Amino acid sequence: MSIPAQPSGAPDAAPDGPEDRLRRFATIWSRAIFPSTATSMTRPEFEQHLLPLARTLSETLHARPFDPAAAASVGGALVAAHCTDPDALSSTLGVVDSYLVLYCGSNGPVALTTEDSRSRCARVQHAVAAGFTQALRERTLAEQEAIARSALAARSHAEQALHATEARFRAVFKDAAIGIGIADLDGNVLEVNDTLTRMFGGLENHVLSHRVNEWVHPEDSPQVWKYYNELVRGEREHYRVEKPYYRNDGTVLWTNLTVSLLRDSEGRPEYQLALLEDTTERRLLNLRLRYEATHDALTGLPNRTLFFERLEKALSAGDGSRFGLCYLDLDGFKAINDSLGHAAGDRLLVEVADRLQSCATAPGEMVARLGGDEFVALTTSFDSPAEVDELACRILGVLGAPIRLDGRELTVRGSIGIVEGPAGERSAAEVLRSADITMYRAKSAGGNRFELADAEADARAITRHGLTTALPAALERGEFFIEYQPLVHLGDGTVHGAEALVRWCHPQHGVLGPDRFIALAEHTGLIVPLGRWVLEESVRQANFWQERHTDGGPLRINVNLSPAQLHHPQLVAETVDVLERSGLEAGALCLEVTESALIGADEDLLKPLRQLAEMGVDIALDDFGTGYSNLANLRRLPVSVLKLDRSFTQGMQHHPADPVDLKIVEGIVSLAHSLDLAVTVEGVETGAQAEQLRQLGCDTAQGWYYARPGAPDRIHSLLLADAV
Amino acid sequence: MERPAWAPQGIDISVPSVSRMYDFYLGGSHNFEVDREAARKAMEFMPGLPKAMQANRAFMRRAVRYALSEGVTQFLDIGSGIPTFGNVHEVAQAIDPAARVAYVDHDPVAVAHSQAVLDGNEGATISAADLRRPQEIRDSPEVAKLLDFDRPVALLLVAVLHFIEDSDDPRAAVAALRDMLAPGSLLVVTHAAYEGIPLSREEAGGTVGVYQNIRNPLVMRTREEIAGFFDGFELVEPGLVPMPEWRPESTAAPENEDPYAFSGIAGVGRTA
Repeated sequence: MSIPAQPSGAPDAAPDGPEDRLRRFATIWSRAIFPSTATSMTRPEFEQHLLPLARTLSETLHARPFDPAAAASVGGALVAAHCTDPDALSSTLGVVDSYLVLYCGSNGPVALTTEDSRSRCARVQHAVAAGFTQALRERTLAEQEAIARSALAARSHAEQALHATEARFRAVFKDAAIGIGIADLDGNVLEVNDTLTRMFGGLENHVLSHRVNEWVHPEDSPQVWKYYNELVRGEREHYRVEKPYYRNDGTVLWTNLTVSLLRDSEGRPEYQLALLEDTTERRLLNLRLRYEATHDALTGLPNRTLFFERLEKALSAGDGSRFGLCYLDLDGFKAINDSLGHAAGDRLLVEVADRLQSCATAPGEMVARLGGDEFVALTTSFDSPAEVDELACRILGVLGAPIRLDGRELTVRGSIGIVEGPAGERSAAEVLRSADITMYRAKSAGGNRFELADAEADARAITRHGLTTALPAALERGEFFIEYQPLVHLGDGTVHGAEALVRWCHPQHGVLGPDRFIALAEHTGLIVPLGRWVLEESVRQANFWQERHTDGGPLRINVNLSPAQLHHPQLVAETVDVLERSGLEAGALCLEVTESALIGADEDLLKPLRQLAEMGVDIALDDFGTGYSNLANLRRLPVSVLKLDRSFTQGMQHHPADPVDLKIVEGIVSLAHSLDLAVTVEGVETGAQAEQLRQLGCDTAQGWYYARPGAPDRIHSLLLADAV
Repeated sequence: MERPAWAPQGIDISVPSVSRMYDFYLGGSHNFEVDREAARKAMEFMPGLPKAMQANRAFMRRAVRYALSEGVTQFLDIGSGIPTFGNVHEVAQAIDPAARVAYVDHDPVAVAHSQAVLDGNEGATISAADLRRPQEIRDSPEVAKLLDFDRPVALLLVAVLHFIEDSDDPRAAVAALRDMLAPGSLLVVTHAAYEGIPLSREEAGGTVGVYQNIRNPLVMRTREEIAGFFDGFELVEPGLVPMPEWRPESTAAPENEDPYAFSGIAGVGRTA
């Protein structure tokens, strides 16, 4: 601390007055203590601040009577000005000691003696020090108290916040719609909320008295206890499972359970927290929806969906397991529905369903309704294929008893297709298709029976199905063509005409004969456009030959008419149209109709044929001798040719011919000729046959002996050969 | 059951507080032994710390007076700490009794103490909030009620930015606050720096270590880094300078100041 040098000599001789002296004292004082103050005042401000204190010191020094206690306030004022550093006090006392008397000793009304000054100055210092100490102590205590109070206030505020948070969480815990439970890591349940207690049946003790790992239920998922053990060991933070519990009344509570591990502040596992959502109702609803989705509403039987699930399960079962399937379709159900009404039909189906169910009661057996009057029985619990047949027998048996419906007794029959085999080879759809095909075989064999699936029959049916669906496109794409087989005059061996035979050049199956597709075309109705095409094409071809081969007499063309065509109302009109457009004379055309198509034919059916015959078109009775026709009827049919079935001529292929066959053919020829009918024989394969038939009086013949069916130009070359 | 882990922690006065240490440097008794122990340790490395604090205090006083002379009568003092003496509201309201001062601190004890000190003062409030979350400051009811952000505000970040580490992105916080301010607002900053400290970097580093140990790291920044806080502000004369050199009021020359008063950089900027 540096104290500035005294500017002038003795105080009394100073040029300036007492006020200036007081100011100079304050300046010295300020310079001495400013470095040790914490005030934010500037130096001039601080000096200004000390000036009244300096005056107090000066006045105390001169007061009469002398009372140093007044100087105590100066010490207090220093503390108030934040001169709280011990250095501030010692510097102040040093300045007072050295300069107060020097600058202010003569400022009083009465001059003090040196001795008196020294003594008073010392006592002023004592008072300043006491006042400083007193004030500092009070300030320190006050500030300590203030900061302690603030700390307390802050803590209580934090505790209130904590309390509010806790109260909030407590409310969450208490009022949550989800069940909440807290347990220690040994599984002791520490706390549960009301929701959880209610979910478990309302008895808190029931929940608290069990350890978490005692809540085992037979339907627990396999992982649940593995997860639990991982969690309590601290290896898993949480897990979520669907878990059932027993309520205190023994009923089952289903929950979505979420368990979380709670750790302490050091990260050590401490508690487990379980959140449980009651899913019992939802689960029941789901079960009901699932039931409704998988069962037939009318009969209550499993439906197609459930059946396919089971079938797929059976088919995907392990090696060595087998399945058996009975596919049942009621015979004539449509007629019952149509005659008695749908309500009665439905009641019938319910009764049938009940009876079927009684046939398949063993575990591994099920009966389902696929729709309409189609039912299936599936079994996986049998030792030999014969047991599946027995199941089918049982089914036919229970259907055998008459069903009482609206006061009348109905007998219901059914047709069953059985598929039995090892799992893992075919898909459910393939199995069901095979069963369906097999059922139709049973049905077409007369019904009220079962048939066993066999791969060949399936393949045929499948090909048939494929061909049927491919037919319309085949006609559009021109996949059909015609081959011609010559008809030879037995008398002189000349070519008399040809039979048109339609072929299908199938892109996958190659060339198919009419036996493979005519019946299908009949079934779908495609036979009408196909037949018209064959007629047009062969008439056009015949006309072509006619033009090229004028010297050999009229060349005939034989075209087959299917039964469906026979019923077609436009048959006559279309035939006339085709003939007119081609220019072929009617007498060159021969339409072949099978004998069976005309059995029992009434006049309506014969009328178009009669019209055609009147126009000059020949009508041939094809496959004669196979249909047991009433021979007496022959004379009223508009027929001019009999085509003898090949079965009659087979016995003449070798020499000597079968004498019975000879007699029969001889008889037929004689009969035909007496009715003015020509006779054509089919299937002539040998020269001996041809000779024999010629001797018997047959008019024309066809067969491999002469030529196989072939392209139209081959007929042309045969004609040319004749001509030579 | 024990208290759950999600409950807020209480007040721990066994940990030193930078606010109470600051009070101790300035000769106050608003502190506990832990605070004094840490402060004494810091002073072992930098004996002149109180002088630096005093210079900081004196600068703040001049800056407040400057703001009032510029017509800015609203003050937002973030990191206000323990109100020892010569606080913003005392300085400001002595000149303009209508001046309004919103204090903000994140130390619950400082907040509680401020509440006690400010009780009954209509023009001054304290909010518990953190500089690192500026929107919470703007949204605090006391600040929203007291200050009109459509008019200029003097934002005081005095001896606080050096307690925010770069990982907490103090520049973004300052920028967010800047964007809340009306044109003509002021930013008042003091910041610790090695520049100007009358000690070697190693010696001064001891003090930094003390703050590190009490989990209130002191981040020394360069003048350029400190200038970065004034992005979007225009620094008023004399720019960024040691605290005593910012618009000194004393007729006495700054060289008469204690050397430690130069430990730290001060500046005032104005929004465009």
